Amino acid sequence: MADRSAQRRKPTLRFNSSVVVMGLYLLFLLLPIYWLFNMSLKSNSEILGQFSLWPRDLTLRNYVVILTDASWYMGYVNSLIYVVINTVISIAVALPAAYAFSRYSFLGDKHLFFWLLTNRMAPPAVFALPFFQLYSSVGLFDTHIAVALAHCLFNVPLAVWILEGFMRGVPKEIDETAYIDGYGFGRFFTRIFMPLIASGIGVAAFFCFMFSWVELLLSRTLTSVEAKPIAATMTRTAGASGMDWGVLAAAGILTIVPGALVIYFVRNYIAKGFALGRV
Amino acid sequence: MEKTVNQKAWFLVLPVLILVAFSAVIPLMTVVNYAFQDTFGNNKFFWAGLEWFEELLDSERMWGALGRQLAFSGIILAIEVPLGIFVALHMPKKGFWASFCLVLMSLPLLIPWNVVGTIWQVFGRVDIGLLGYTLDKLGISYNYTQDFFAAWATVIVMDVWHWTSLVALLAYAGLQSIPDAYYQAAKIDQASRWKVFRYIELPKMQGVLMIAILLRFMDSFMIYTEPFVVTGGGPGNSTTFLSIDLVKMALGQFDLGPAAAFSLMYFLVILLISWVFYTVMTNLDKRDGV
Repeated sequence: MADRSAQRRKPTLRFNSSVVVMGLYLLFLLLPIYWLFNMSLKSNSEILGQFSLWPRDLTLRNYVVILTDASWYMGYVNSLIYVVINTVISIAVALPAAYAFSRYSFLGDKHLFFWLLTNRMAPPAVFALPFFQLYSSVGLFDTHIAVALAHCLFNVPLAVWILEGFMRGVPKEIDETAYIDGYGFGRFFTRIFMPLIASGIGVAAFFCFMFSWVELLLSRTLTSVEAKPIAATMTRTAGASGMDWGVLAAAGILTIVPGALVIYFVRNYIAKGFALGRV
Repeated sequence: MEKTVNQKAWFLVLPVLILVAFSAVIPLMTVVNYAFQDTFGNNKFFWAGLEWFEELLDSERMWGALGRQLAFSGIILAIEVPLGIFVALHMPKKGFWASFCLVLMSLPLLIPWNVVGTIWQVFGRVDIGLLGYTLDKLGISYNYTQDFFAAWATVIVMDVWHWTSLVALLAYAGLQSIPDAYYQAAKIDQASRWKVFRYIELPKMQGVLMIAILLRFMDSFMIYTEPFVVTGGGPGNSTTFLSIDLVKMALGQFDLGPAAAFSLMYFLVILLISWVFYTVMTNLDKRDGV
């Protein structure tokens, strides 16, 4: 207790147990990532030939391979396309629904809410085969939209939950005043209400983006060539001449970049997002 | 907040309902369909009743996968929850270092799951991985593709690496909501560090910790990609968890009937846990008086 309040008063970083614990934990988190990064900057002969903690013979060849070969970088483009489509669809349908859940009570609202939650929790493995058959039968197999729709299974419920959590923080008086002032629902919602929960929309979009980006099982099952995600492309590195470790590592590092870029903006909301809007 | 009764709100929910019904109900009905029928090909099906379920309940394969799954979920919860709380208690409270820690800690959560697998597959290799190489030099025999114990250790450490931050972030958010006055009161009472934790911090974190535990339990219960990339379910079947087994059955061997029956059972378990989760959530909402 004593050292805790002392620490609060002195902002300077002292060498105490907290620093040691956090240092060790962050080291544990970053070491494997560093190792992949390290490998991505080495040539294959160096990776296999000598063991070194940093690249002795720095090369960007692995990144060049990925960024100049269409069959590689199209993986990223495909992933980004379906992730963005999915995020847009999820947020667009979740906004009105979350508003309804946060403001009104209606017949079956609790059951509906629970049913949505079960979809967030449903194992993708259960849905892989039926999805494959469903999308093949409607001719959507191997399209970006198929993966985007499939990911709606868990992202729409997630978006509804997160947005509902943010919306309940907006006092209802604002709605009522706006209606008295003569705003219709559509104008009120887009002009007044959405700006008020802008951070909530941002967080929900981030989480949709993230869960669609990290998912592999469904996106791999639903695509073959045209919409193949980067995650599936990565299995290609096991060629006839053995593993191309350097390129594999570079591809891995490049998949971390999008998340790492946006994480800074949502750092204070990430717990709220994982708690489905409830912290 | 008092909610107005308004049946027209259904119109606002309708898009979600249609979309999720399309991507959840239709596939689920396909699964139900297969679960009760059998086929000799040519798309001709006949009624099989409960045959698949009986077969499933008798199969050692399913019970083995379920057992491994429960063991895995139990072990990672037992490690991640205390570790997550421990880390959260040591995180800087505000300022630059707090943001710094938050951003770095979130990093593993944002890595595609197969890349998580790849990272650990590489990291643990004896020839080119830092972990495997170090262990090997220390004289510890370690080979996650051959050795049962090493495979389990790798998969568990990987999951701890991947998800402990989630527990820590949620616990941290819970800690942040404790007013300073509580700590001051405890200081006046000369409460020990342990008592502050036991009677102030833990009760205040209870809600978010429940969420963290349930989320971790559920997500670990459907883990597929990470262990699949690292061990492929091996050596033998030793790291074949429920989802891996199911995908093997459904997409690998195309055993539709048993796979569908398997899916339904799997789904029922998830449904049960979801219900617990939902009850906890709504009780939390009520208690907070929102």
